[in-house]
Amino acid sequence: MIALTVNGKAYSLDVEPETPLLWVIRDELGMTGTKFGCGIAQCGACTVHVDGEAIRSCSIQIGDVANKTIMTIEGLSPDAKHPVQQAWLAEDVPQCGYCQSGQIMAAVAFLKEHPKPTDADIDANLTNICRCGTYVRIRSAIHRAAALMKT
Amino acid sequence: MNQIVNTSVTRRHFVIASASAAGGLAISVAFPGLADAASIGVQAWGPEIAPNEINAFLAIDPDGSILIRSPHQEMGQGAITALPMIVAEELECDWSKVKVEYASPARNLREKNVYGEMTTVGSRGVRTSWQMLLQAGASARERLIAAAAHRWNVPSSECEAANSKVTHKATGRSLDYGALSADAAKINLDKEPAIRTPDQFKLIGKRIARLDTPLKINGSAKFAIDTQVPGMVYAAVAACPVFGGKLKSVDETPAKGRRGVLQVVKLDNAVVVVADRFWRAKEALALLKPEWDVGEAGNTDSAQFAKLYRDTLDGAMVNARNDGNVDDAFGKGGKIVEAVYEAPHLAHATMEPLNATVNLQADKLEVWLGSQTPMGTIRQAAAASGLKPEQIVIHNCFLGGGFGRRSINDEMRQAILVAKVVGKPVKLVWTREEDMTHDRYRPQAAVRMKAALGADGMPTAFDAKIAVGSILRSTGINKVENGIEAQAVEGFANIPYAIPSVRVGCMLKNTHVPVMFWRSVGSSQNAFFVESYIDELAQAAGQDPYKFRRALLAGKSDFLGVLDTIAEKSDWGKPLGQGRGRGIAIHECYGSIIGQVAEVTVSQKGEVRVDRVVAAVDCGHVVNPGIVEAQIQSGVIYGLSAALYGEITIKQGRVEQANFDEYQVVRLSDTPKIEVHLALSGGKKWGGIGEPGTAATAPAVANAVFAATGTRVRSMPLKNIKLPGPV
Repeated sequence: MIALTVNGKAYSLDVEPETPLLWVIRDELGMTGTKFGCGIAQCGACTVHVDGEAIRSCSIQIGDVANKTIMTIEGLSPDAKHPVQQAWLAEDVPQCGYCQSGQIMAAVAFLKEHPKPTDADIDANLTNICRCGTYVRIRSAIHRAAALMKT
Repeated sequence: MNQIVNTSVTRRHFVIASASAAGGLAISVAFPGLADAASIGVQAWGPEIAPNEINAFLAIDPDGSILIRSPHQEMGQGAITALPMIVAEELECDWSKVKVEYASPARNLREKNVYGEMTTVGSRGVRTSWQMLLQAGASARERLIAAAAHRWNVPSSECEAANSKVTHKATGRSLDYGALSADAAKINLDKEPAIRTPDQFKLIGKRIARLDTPLKINGSAKFAIDTQVPGMVYAAVAACPVFGGKLKSVDETPAKGRRGVLQVVKLDNAVVVVADRFWRAKEALALLKPEWDVGEAGNTDSAQFAKLYRDTLDGAMVNARNDGNVDDAFGKGGKIVEAVYEAPHLAHATMEPLNATVNLQADKLEVWLGSQTPMGTIRQAAAASGLKPEQIVIHNCFLGGGFGRRSINDEMRQAILVAKVVGKPVKLVWTREEDMTHDRYRPQAAVRMKAALGADGMPTAFDAKIAVGSILRSTGINKVENGIEAQAVEGFANIPYAIPSVRVGCMLKNTHVPVMFWRSVGSSQNAFFVESYIDELAQAAGQDPYKFRRALLAGKSDFLGVLDTIAEKSDWGKPLGQGRGRGIAIHECYGSIIGQVAEVTVSQKGEVRVDRVVAAVDCGHVVNPGIVEAQIQSGVIYGLSAALYGEITIKQGRVEQANFDEYQVVRLSDTPKIEVHLALSGGKKWGGIGEPGTAATAPAVANAVFAATGTRVRSMPLKNIKLPGPV
């Protein structure tokens, strides 16, 4: 049995320790906001926080995150009021929306390290793929979120 | 994909729903903090029939809540916001009371296309459905007015509708729509109302927030891959890596006995492992070493295909257009410019890999997937299952990207075949590797263009020979008539420039690689060919590329509106620094005209960075400017991914690129500043917006690279072009 905490709730799971965290979240816990995109940590659609750090959950084994605290998009805010979500809403960022949970989780972690980011900071640090090409609005939304978080 | 669809509205679209019609209530999730906004549920589909329908497109409940159905799917392009806006424009309703659902494909089948074709391809959403949707709203509004007038015993002409209320003007009495809906549904109008003209629009044209955004910032929007059906099992699939190949044999032993593995299923061209979890199925599948019968195709590669398409240019062509006398014009001398251009296969690479969940029973099949063509999906499901189309229920989910790929559901066919064997509901998911190596790709192509320039530098003749894969032959969607398909020659056959003699020849050649619609289809490569080549002609004529195009488009006010807008907004002609350049391109497709100016910097090492793209579009009319802006940005990024990196290559008959490490796409670090301007000509033009943005990007960037370096880019992608660095 592997113990871990997801979105504030403790779980004890009987799964193979090499199971990627992504598939535990999706298929064992039934939380589907975290997406499968590539399986090799390229696209970031599966981004979650492990002890506050943005991690591509497709490429980390559950055995390596035992006893750690995990947060998925579902746990970010009970009412979607996190400043990053509010900024995403105000900028109407998502298109197909499939990558956006990962984009938001990556942006939340990024803003902790870069509370006043420049475009160059954003471009250098955020590497999640969006095939709809919402990048222009992602940049705007990150600046908006940074401003919201300052106030 | 660019066929014109009959948009005439027939009265049978508005047959009043039977008063006894009943169905489950639509599920709509109220979103905290957005109580005053229209909404859509986490699942895009709804019940076929709702209580309190006034017509097939809308229902109004006694509490005033309004259900509007979208006949097109949401794959990011904004259909489920824009299309209900069109209905609401005429309905005169309170937008905050609107809930939106997809229209039901099963009902569309039963009620003889009450929702039209329901295809979400060819940038068709608004441009093929706007009249039908305006009519649905107007028709319901007039019935609500008639119901109120009847209640008050006054003529309808004394009543008006606004903000979900009908008011009797003389007395000020009013009734809410919710109180009138049941009566309205029973009313037969003598005559259906005429729809509004654009000068009367109040809601259309407003920048309204997308309805699906609240569901896409908290992970609640349901995509097909999120489907959970009680008792379902998971399937991982490996199809023959060489298209058209067959499974010879597979030793199942390595998968057997592994935790959760239920069964190995052999299909004619694929091996499938079924397990209690997807990851267990995928891991077990990876241990199998299937033997494939790949045939002759196993000896092919991209170099052979490139030669095939180039060699085809020297052979016979079928003319798609032959105006004036090209041969005479070339015989008269003048400067001759000739060039061969090439374009590679491309993968769609939607963010959500293909997947489908099916629940197959003796007399019913339910499917959860993302489909751009739900009516076609019903036919495909019937063929794969052996059931009748009426026995198929398609639950179309939010699509995690489409771009053309989700117009044939290869994944669903596999899921149905597996379900037949295992006798349980099956969720079949393609890994990214399966998705990228078993796509139906943008066709590979080669084109030779030749033009004669007159003494004034303007072209007197243009001769194009096109060798490209046939999408219709590959997909079997339609027959190729007379050796030509519109997709192959779009952008050439309708070249907008005033050239006295124009000949466009085409020869369709297919290999074993399946080809299909890829965002902007033929325009995705042909706009690159034509607009790069026009730049070559401008250079040969010693003229400015913008002014050269301008002269050739004289009298075409819609083209000139777009061209002048991008020239002005991009500061065309203003010098840029060393190693930098601007390129311009203009193209018409899906009823819209798109123009782009790209600004690039080429490093000393020859690396291209696109700094800025200034785009203008003439789609005639705009339903929601925020969505149009987003779609042009989206199109530019999709086109830029292809221009910088996009290339699917074949070796030993197999696709060489399997994931995003080998098939790079644009990320934030490559994203230019993108400005989107509207240059609307109005009138009868209602152009599409989902695809045009993609078509113009590659030529604008390639022309900018020429401006910066003096190197003409005649093939894609740019990563393969050796650039000398700045001139």
